[in-house]
Amino acid sequence: MSTDTHAPFEKKPGTPGTPRSTGELIRLEQVTKRFGDHTVLDHLDFSVDAGKHVTLIGPSGSGKTTILRLLMTLLKPDEGTITVDGEQLFPASEKQVREIRKKIGMVFQQFNLFPNMTVLRNITEAPVTVLGMSKDAAEERARELLEMVGLTEHLAKRPGQLSGGQQQRVAIARALAMRPQVLLLDEVTSALDPELVAGVLDVLRDIARSTDITMLCVTHEMNFARDISDRVLMFDQGRIIEAGAPEKIFSEPEHDRTREFLSAVL
Amino acid sequence: MKWDWSAVSDFMPYFWDGLLVTLQILALGSLISFVLGLAWALLMRVPSRWVTWPVGAITEFVRNTPLLVQLFFLFYVLPEWGVTFSALTTGVFAIGLHYSTYTMQVYRAGIEAVPVGQWEAATALNLPLRRTWTAVILPQAVRRVVPALGNYVISMLKDTPLLMAITVLEMLGEARLFAQQNFQFTEPLTVIGVAFIVISYLASLALRALERRLVH
Repeated sequence: MSTDTHAPFEKKPGTPGTPRSTGELIRLEQVTKRFGDHTVLDHLDFSVDAGKHVTLIGPSGSGKTTILRLLMTLLKPDEGTITVDGEQLFPASEKQVREIRKKIGMVFQQFNLFPNMTVLRNITEAPVTVLGMSKDAAEERARELLEMVGLTEHLAKRPGQLSGGQQQRVAIARALAMRPQVLLLDEVTSALDPELVAGVLDVLRDIARSTDITMLCVTHEMNFARDISDRVLMFDQGRIIEAGAPEKIFSEPEHDRTREFLSAVL
Repeated sequence: MKWDWSAVSDFMPYFWDGLLVTLQILALGSLISFVLGLAWALLMRVPSRWVTWPVGAITEFVRNTPLLVQLFFLFYVLPEWGVTFSALTTGVFAIGLHYSTYTMQVYRAGIEAVPVGQWEAATALNLPLRRTWTAVILPQAVRRVVPALGNYVISMLKDTPLLMAITVLEMLGEARLFAQQNFQFTEPLTVIGVAFIVISYLASLALRALERRLVH
């Protein structure tokens, strides 16, 4: 079946902020990833424009998370090319990869905060050691971010002393401290107790609304996806089977598999 | 057999000398085994067989030959090649080296127990490899291995009398010397036996306190 994954989508009127890059920011061409005999991504093509929010939905094992992990260089593709802001990611020298990684931040399902560091240092560690920020400047920025995620009073605590939802909000602040152009969100609420999900999603809604950051989001929170997405991609067995604006995908899906999936999760 | 308190008091000056030497061996030997064991563990992670094969072979060899043989070898054979150290230096190095081949396995397990998500977060934040090790992985790994390392310190304490074989006068050496000179074996041997128990016990208390601190 044919899928139009490069369909233009509406510009949000009045979006604040000026994108640092305009036009296409991420492009995957013919990307294939296999684990043993299992093909997780099958000659996948898609692109994301700067400043847009794209949500990846689909059943478990359909390859959504793999895309985020490829972009974060946690995995290498078996075939195909990935470009970020015009720079090819594979093959690339270690130096090139490090430059590209600076543009990308990731929030993980399991938070992955550093348990041996305070909340504040979790956020300042990379800006200081990678970006060369002064400790004072990094801490000032960290305080701003903690205020944004509503955790200022916890900055001296260790991650282990926080709830899952609080930890995830710290992880979001940590990713944003690097001022990435792209934020990858990998099922960021899946490991949370139900009552903690809303707090994290509110923070992300706020970021989506008030920044020009490009977001790639794998989630099972369909209401959230509907709210923040410019475009929704429906995955099944390593392919995009349907793509479009959230109103279209959620209200009048064309593909049977999309309908089945949505009826199962909504 | 009669217990003679005057033999105890006669032995005490020699006992303190021996105790000091035993504690020196233990402290320096532990330090060497901690540092060298970590170095072995890190070298075993270098992605090249030119590094891991020799390191694996050397450490396997040291771990599977008796410490006593190693002590004799370092003390009697190395001087033939023109390498001479004092008995105490040789003994401390030998016991540290021997135990480093055990601590390396402890470190390896500790490093492997750090969740893969920590490596991924470090990559996502673009931390350099060196910084990932020093700021993220090792602090978490070391915290996990403190109890196991502590157990090797207590094992090492019980191996310190082996250094008597290369003329180091630690507690057992002093006790034997005193016994042979005065024909009184019971008192000096009992005193050092008690001393070993007391040091072990104090070490295990210190270890537990350290563990408690590291948990928080």
